[in-house]
Amino acid sequence: MAEMRVNPTRMEMKRIQTRYQTARKGHKLLKDKRDELMKRFLDVVREDKQLRERVEAALAKVYGSFTVASAVSSPKMLEEALICPKKECELKVDYQNVMSVTVPKFQMRVLSEGNSDSYNYGMVFTSGELDSSLRELGEVMEDLLRMAELEKTAQLLAEEIERTRRRVNALEYILMPQYLATIKSIKMKLDENERGNTTRLMKVKDMMLAAQLNAGNRDDEDGETEEP
Amino acid sequence: MYKIAIVGERDSVLGFMALGFSVHEATDAEAAGKAVQALVKSGEYAVIFLTENYAMQLEDELAKYKDLPLPAVVSIPGQGGSTGYGMNNIRSAVERAVGADILFKE
Repeated sequence: MAEMRVNPTRMEMKRIQTRYQTARKGHKLLKDKRDELMKRFLDVVREDKQLRERVEAALAKVYGSFTVASAVSSPKMLEEALICPKKECELKVDYQNVMSVTVPKFQMRVLSEGNSDSYNYGMVFTSGELDSSLRELGEVMEDLLRMAELEKTAQLLAEEIERTRRRVNALEYILMPQYLATIKSIKMKLDENERGNTTRLMKVKDMMLAAQLNAGNRDDEDGETEEP
Repeated sequence: MYKIAIVGERDSVLGFMALGFSVHEATDAEAAGKAVQALVKSGEYAVIFLTENYAMQLEDELAKYKDLPLPAVVSIPGQGGSTGYGMNNIRSAVERAVGADILFKE
């Protein structure tokens, strides 16, 4: 792993050691976050899958009866029957915080005029098939919204998980090894300096000893030549 | 307060009118894309349903809205029945999160 370009000093090493500790803590936290997110995500996706299967089956049925309804009445009449709805639905959106991901929560409120049945057309010109297909559609609605909510949640969670996973991997495989390598290289350099210093001192000491010895010898020689 | 919209071909979406959805007919994918764009831009809609056959063709466009909290653009099967596109979407979300398809492997 490529180490960082820093001055090989004790202070720098200390600094990087602190950063390494922080990275390790962050890595652990993010890993926990990823695991928890994954757990929630899988719950959501499982439910979403079941719901989608149900909704798709129900919608197929609705379309079937709707086709029959449109076959027995003219398109114009059909449109006329449906064009001005008695109901108006409003959606209240709450936000929920799932592991710091904001996900929407839908709540539907149907505003209908009066409290009569939900059919917004007279019974004279339309067929019974239309009634039943609309009733079926009304029954799917709840599931449909729940599905929208779950699908959105799944998408948002997926994004967050992907991001967290990248972070965890970046810390684990890039940043932390880099710090470790740098700390190691600084340590080696400092040790090398230390050894260099020791050798130099030994060398100097040797030189000083040699010089002293030399000086002593010369004194002796001088004394010898003077005395006799 | 938000509203619910549905975009798709006429036969598929007509019934939703009676439920109080705001219905937008589209005859081709391009028109559907424009409709969705306008709906998102208006900011009044929290959920936009889109029939699968158009959603399939508008995949790139819809990817933009994937990571926003609102609106939720959800594909539903159209008159022609389910094409499996919606399930595929769930699968791709799983793949994105987990890195492998662990729910649908069969």
